Amino acid sequence: MALTGIEIYKMLPQTNCKDCGVPTCLAFAMKLAAGQAKLDACPHVSAEAREKLSSASAPPVMPVSIGSGNSVFKTGGDTVLFRHEKTFVSPTGIAVLITDKMSDTDVGKRLKNYKDLQYERVGLHLKADLVAIKSESGDASSFEKLVNTVKGEVDAGLILMSDKVDVLTAGVKACSDKKPLIYVATKENADAVGNLAKANKCPVAVKGSNLDEIIELTTMLAGMGLKEIIIDAGSRTMRKAFEDQVIIRRAAIKKSFKQLGFPTIAFPCEMTNDLMEETLIASTFIAKYGSIVVLSDLEGESLFPLLVQRMNIFTDPQRPMATEKGIYPFNNPDENSPVLITSNFSLTYFIVSGEIEGSRVPTWLLVLDTEGLSVLTAWAAGKFAADLIGAFVKKCGIMDKIKHKSLVIPGFAASISGELEEELAGWKITIGPREAQHIPGFIKEYKV
Amino acid sequence: MGFEIPKMNYTGSIKEITLGKGDKAVTVGGESSYPFYLFEGNMPRKPRIAMEVYDYEPTDWPEAAVEPFKDVLGNPAAWAKKNVEVYGAEMIALQLRSIDPNGMNRSTEEAVKVTKIVVDAVDVPVIVWGVANPERDTEVLKAIAEQCAGENLIIGPVEEKDYKQIGAATIAYKHIAIASSPIDVNLAKQLNILLGNLGVPENQMIVNPTTGALGYGLEYSYSVIERIRMAALTQEDDKLQYPIICNLGFETWKTKEAKLPQADAPTLGDAKKRGILIECVTAMSLLLAGADILILRHPDSVKLINSMIAKMTAAE
Repeated sequence: MALTGIEIYKMLPQTNCKDCGVPTCLAFAMKLAAGQAKLDACPHVSAEAREKLSSASAPPVMPVSIGSGNSVFKTGGDTVLFRHEKTFVSPTGIAVLITDKMSDTDVGKRLKNYKDLQYERVGLHLKADLVAIKSESGDASSFEKLVNTVKGEVDAGLILMSDKVDVLTAGVKACSDKKPLIYVATKENADAVGNLAKANKCPVAVKGSNLDEIIELTTMLAGMGLKEIIIDAGSRTMRKAFEDQVIIRRAAIKKSFKQLGFPTIAFPCEMTNDLMEETLIASTFIAKYGSIVVLSDLEGESLFPLLVQRMNIFTDPQRPMATEKGIYPFNNPDENSPVLITSNFSLTYFIVSGEIEGSRVPTWLLVLDTEGLSVLTAWAAGKFAADLIGAFVKKCGIMDKIKHKSLVIPGFAASISGELEEELAGWKITIGPREAQHIPGFIKEYKV
Repeated sequence: MGFEIPKMNYTGSIKEITLGKGDKAVTVGGESSYPFYLFEGNMPRKPRIAMEVYDYEPTDWPEAAVEPFKDVLGNPAAWAKKNVEVYGAEMIALQLRSIDPNGMNRSTEEAVKVTKIVVDAVDVPVIVWGVANPERDTEVLKAIAEQCAGENLIIGPVEEKDYKQIGAATIAYKHIAIASSPIDVNLAKQLNILLGNLGVPENQMIVNPTTGALGYGLEYSYSVIERIRMAALTQEDDKLQYPIICNLGFETWKTKEAKLPQADAPTLGDAKKRGILIECVTAMSLLLAGADILILRHPDSVKLINSMIAKMTAAE
């Protein structure tokens, strides 16, 4: 568990020498506790204290990275159990399963969907992260061939799945430059799999039939010098798999229980045969502590909701999501189309743009930078004000796109319409609806 | 040495509230742990689902949402019956959208009439949901409370601006008030206190902290519900120990992504399955945060979510 400032202070020299740049040892200890300073700044701390402090300050969930070059998937490093406490740092990795018993068509379709199913939302790029390649036949050469196929087709983090060491060795050989995750070390093979991971500097996953067995395995692998470990708790029924995720993460974060302080992998693909249900199982692990989820297939209708859920759960709870300011055309507007303006709070933008799009009326939407505040909040804070809107309308370039001088403002900002008419001389300012759902009715009637 | 599971010490629990009357009454609440943390607490009542019925014939729904109801749209009584008899609905949520003064602006009399028809058509609990326009909701929900006295309806939204009148009507005619506040723990607590001071009995209140759909504010609802549960279970905040309801079918099916035909967005996949999964992923997230009652639209969503709840709570 993280030490308090006072606990840290007791281990410092307590000389107030200021060599660290902070006036007192106590103040330095407080900064360390808050994560605002590094122990290295103190040149006088004893080796013993240094070791104690650095093990106490190690992240409760060890960071692990899979892949190399442009496709590195990083996980671990989370420090809280609830997203309102502090942003969750490592979004759940989404993997698709490919096996050596699948037809070429099935493999090809999954790899194609892995590449094609990518989405842009609030300036974020949403996509799957990993491909899990599983040996079902137990044949090393067919596994190696499949790894090469995947490697040639997609630039993804790779998970190599087999319980046979010779199969895994062949797979690693085919992609050792890719830093794949080696899955899986069990009671039966942990020594050999651990050595394979160590020799190739790859992360390794452990699987046990209960948490005690997992703890034995992680202890053993850590003893071999391996740091990048991922846990598969082994449970495949919904209730047990969920509870294991909660227990593992809680033990790591609340108890600093190091043997369970690793990211986890979950297998919705092994828990049901129905892709709809599989999606909901995956969504459970995205919300609650799964570091990687492996899916049997990728389809737009299932992947998209999971990616958006992941974005929602892993956003910074303190900072509103904002859309880029600018001019957004909907339904092919022309020089006579109406111009509406709104704030850049992403929810406002999504809802307003959705309604405009749904109305089928060609429309220009201006998005003002309100620092991520909604219209009403921005108006109250003076960030949706006549002078800002006036300057934005003149500068943003909309005047080159239209022949009229008419602007619709949100109903919540009605009180600025007079001032705005002064800022934008010669413009007709119209007060639109307060609620986005009434926009379609409004713009169908509205004449510029 | 065996590993000892680190367990939470919960000091509070959620109140049990019974909705509706007779054999088909539904009781929710009673949890003494975070949702589905059954290794350290109890969830004596599983979360329950209500299916939507609208008081008018919707014209802007995607095909996937229309298809299961196409023989009953525009006929609230038949719709409610179909939900119960064909789709196995354990509760009905009557969405009174047509009373919106900025929309169809139907009269209070019509709203009362349609509510009575629906209540008479089914024997399961009925949730009656207004349009979140305090003036309109006050008039309509008061009249419904009076005309349906003793039915133990679940009536809302009851908001800060209209809690006195609607709250008083739920007391007088014995219904359950849906205390509704805009995604904020303190505002939720404050309204619960106000309703308590007004005299709404503890067993006649549930909480609606406002629901955002997947991609449209889900994260705000998710965190507020988690925080409400945390205060209720670990900080003994008895003003927040009420079951939580989420009106999410309405929110999810109106999103752009739930409506787009596949031809317009090929990377978003099959439109029907996508709509259902947007509804269901929202539902799962809210269940994991702490929702007790979900209002859903699609019958396939109801089946999927009920199956997930059964698996999450299965005996070991």
